[in-house]
Amino acid sequence: MATLHTVNKSPFATQALLSCLGHAKAGDTILMIEDGVYGAASGTGLSDALAAMSGNVTLAVLAPDMKARGIDEGRLMDGVKTVDYAGFVELAATTDRTQNWL
Amino acid sequence: MKFGVVVSEGPYTHQASDTAYHFVTAAIAAGHEVPRVFFYHDGVNVGTRLSIPPQDERNIQQQWTALAAEHGTDLVICIAAAQRRGLLDQKEADRQGKDASNIAEGFRISGLGQLIEMGIDTDRLMTFGD
Amino acid sequence: MEDGVKKFLYVNRKAPYGTIYALESLEVVLIGAAFDQDVSLAFLDDGVFQLVKSQDTKEIGVKNFSPTFRALGDYEVTKLFVERESLDERGLTADDLQEIMWEDEDEDYAEKPSIRIVSRAEMADVMADQDVILSF
Repeated sequence: MATLHTVNKSPFATQALLSCLGHAKAGDTILMIEDGVYGAASGTGLSDALAAMSGNVTLAVLAPDMKARGIDEGRLMDGVKTVDYAGFVELAATTDRTQNWL
Repeated sequence: MKFGVVVSEGPYTHQASDTAYHFVTAAIAAGHEVPRVFFYHDGVNVGTRLSIPPQDERNIQQQWTALAAEHGTDLVICIAAAQRRGLLDQKEADRQGKDASNIAEGFRISGLGQLIEMGIDTDRLMTFGD
Repeated sequence: MEDGVKKFLYVNRKAPYGTIYALESLEVVLIGAAFDQDVSLAFLDDGVFQLVKSQDTKEIGVKNFSPTFRALGDYEVTKLFVERESLDERGLTADDLQEIMWEDEDEDYAEKPSIRIVSRAEMADVMADQDVILSF
């Protein structure tokens, strides 16, 4: 019974990603969309904390939003999956509920 | 799978409506159903027919209107949120004594019950907002 | 899930008055009450501020909607989960929050508190148990 969480804000702007990570359960997926994709980048002041908190969840990022913001796939944290809108839909369909962290 | 979608921010200022639109088109393309999209908070402003975005930018309202025309998606604007923000159909304008209405083709104004029903009748509910 | 009854969770993470989300989410809860679903409200992060007592909005000229929370019991909305860590982080205790009660008709209309203070881990369990999660 897994949840798809979406986070649409940069973790440098709001606490949404951290709060989401604090509530996600093992086996959940957290999909970063819109400005939330900045949370997926490696080498930031938050990368270590995010990696430590996300041990038992899957992190994913919406590729169109990443490309829009000039983030190269090579700059993502290890283990972050990229999906397109079709992949976003699939994640929503294959998990049991969606929770959007606004 | 049946998806219910909520758009809770207005056009252009937030990416919410755009992300919702791309999600909905992808869901339909994958063979899922999106029977209704509910517009709440500033999302009601997506439904104005008076917006004139620059020619080289997408026209958010027209995208939704075209999607509804093609797929029969029910675009519902919350009446309470719409009244606060001045989004009216002709019936509301007449009822409230306003001298104009501004709702776009394909959208309709209705109550919050439509949002709850959407939650009950769909398999997954997605909210796109701030 | 019982026949036709889904678990609805309304998630509140924003403070009142600076934006309209707190008020308009409460409006959804009130309308939603008529649909006889299994409703819970979650207050975490800045959402806990919505329940603080003694809100006096006269000088900002907006309507004080906080009394509406006290009416939720009459609408059979009796589960208001408030996150302890969010209170602690903000220097709040249960004493800072409104008293919101409901009447249990199964126990001779005994008055019980609707606010249930839960840990972050318990809140995560509440969330994972829902069918429909509405965020504002």
